[in-house]
Amino acid sequence: MSKAAIEVPPKGGFSFDLCRRNEMLVKKGLNAPSFLKTGTTIVGLVFQDGVILGADTRATEGPIVADKNCEKIHYIAPNIYCCGAGTAADTEAVTDMVSSQLTLHRHHTGRESRVVTALTLLKSHLFSYQGYVSAALVLGGVDFTGPHLHTIYPHGSTDTLPFATMGSGSLAAMAVFESKYREGLTRDEGVQLVAEAISSGIFNDLGSGSNVDICVLTKGHKEYLRNHLQPNPRTYISEKGYSFSKKTEVLLTKITPLRDSIHIIEGGDEMEE
Amino acid sequence: MIVDSSSPAPAKNSLLLSSGADLQRTQTPYVTGTSVIAIKYKDGILIAADMGGSYGSTLRYKNVERIKPVGKHSLIGASGEISDFQEILRYLDELILNDSMWDDGNSLGPKEVHNYLTRVMYNRRNKFNPLWNSLILGGVKNGQKYLGTVNMIGVHYEDNHVATGFGNHLARPILREEWNENLTFEEGVKLLEKCMRVLLYRDRSAVNKLQIAKITDEGFTISQPYSLKTQWKFKAFENPTVGAEGSW
Repeated sequence: MSKAAIEVPPKGGFSFDLCRRNEMLVKKGLNAPSFLKTGTTIVGLVFQDGVILGADTRATEGPIVADKNCEKIHYIAPNIYCCGAGTAADTEAVTDMVSSQLTLHRHHTGRESRVVTALTLLKSHLFSYQGYVSAALVLGGVDFTGPHLHTIYPHGSTDTLPFATMGSGSLAAMAVFESKYREGLTRDEGVQLVAEAISSGIFNDLGSGSNVDICVLTKGHKEYLRNHLQPNPRTYISEKGYSFSKKTEVLLTKITPLRDSIHIIEGGDEMEE
Repeated sequence: MIVDSSSPAPAKNSLLLSSGADLQRTQTPYVTGTSVIAIKYKDGILIAADMGGSYGSTLRYKNVERIKPVGKHSLIGASGEISDFQEILRYLDELILNDSMWDDGNSLGPKEVHNYLTRVMYNRRNKFNPLWNSLILGGVKNGQKYLGTVNMIGVHYEDNHVATGFGNHLARPILREEWNENLTFEEGVKLLEKCMRVLLYRDRSAVNKLQIAKITDEGFTISQPYSLKTQWKFKAFENPTVGAEGSW
């Protein structure tokens, strides 16, 4: 009997072997490593001609702001984008993975990707990891069947909605949506409403802050409005600039470029095979 | 051998359990009310609360008045354990009664009542026997409007608009955007209804039966219970998963 075969975990999914050890360590007083969370406000909205996604830009590591201007709207396909809340590494990795899978799929089928394809790939991956991949996503896109907006929860369940919010600021943003959403919004009204919802999250939730990113997806066209609103500018910058301590004697200030420019040979020999 | 003279052989735990006073500490709430929201407006204070009393996840009581008058100048709104709210009303009744027995022409205003409540709540919390409520105290005395809140651990403050429970997360963002000093009565009611509607959509323990109470220098009125109009017929809610099988 091959004993070795029994020890290998089944393909895919999570190996729970170390969980008991981890629990024991935590009980003995080990501080579990904290992870970079995007305490976040992300929203999505379906309007007349497509989908608008919005996100704030603050990434937190516990009580500290780790990144003041991170990008939470991830590219999945030319016509599909995804906002991510939860653990930053998880949202980044899972959206990149599905994006690569869809690129290969597009080459295989020769067709534009559909939102439900991304949805199914994401939800089955998250479900197989039983919620340990802490990614809460708002997936939106326009394919030939029309505009679609979905929310995906870390355990793998999905909702199909006309307007959705996720993240720690989701209640503040949902308060704006529930009071102001109506059917048949135009593009500008939609962008305005999304910006308002994200701003509500930025100013009322401590886990969200900095700027508003917006992505407008319509049939055959996308507009990625990075830092569409910057309601938290740095208002004071000291005029003195950088001051050396009194003991230093500044001899010379010169900026040296680190890399020499690359010489391009026109019509030269190409690499031999 | 040190003999413990205060207790017989049994374990330390039973000493704690045997004294009756300790049996009444650290509670869990049973029948609870959900959020209350309140704003200052031009002439006074407006408070809104629904009439639901939930027993855990069951909506057990649908006729609970969670806003009550206190003395001549104030209104109190409460969320949390209903029995503790009823106890607080008895304390306040005694307070007002004792004050009027002085018969000196003075009456306790909202600021004084709020301070009294803060002391009561904080002292109970220090004894590990809290009154499981979040209270809103609003009123007008001699033209001065006052709106404050206290919760079960004794955190208290006053502001132009306050909310308890879920209202903090759902109603306060709206109030921060849309409140201004010169709201008329109609505008104030519309603003509170807007917030109550969002709470109705998104708070599972909310019921569609609410009262709005008003207090001004002239006195108070608590409206008859009524319900809000809701919009459920978005086209996108019909057959949402036509394209995406397995979604909700």
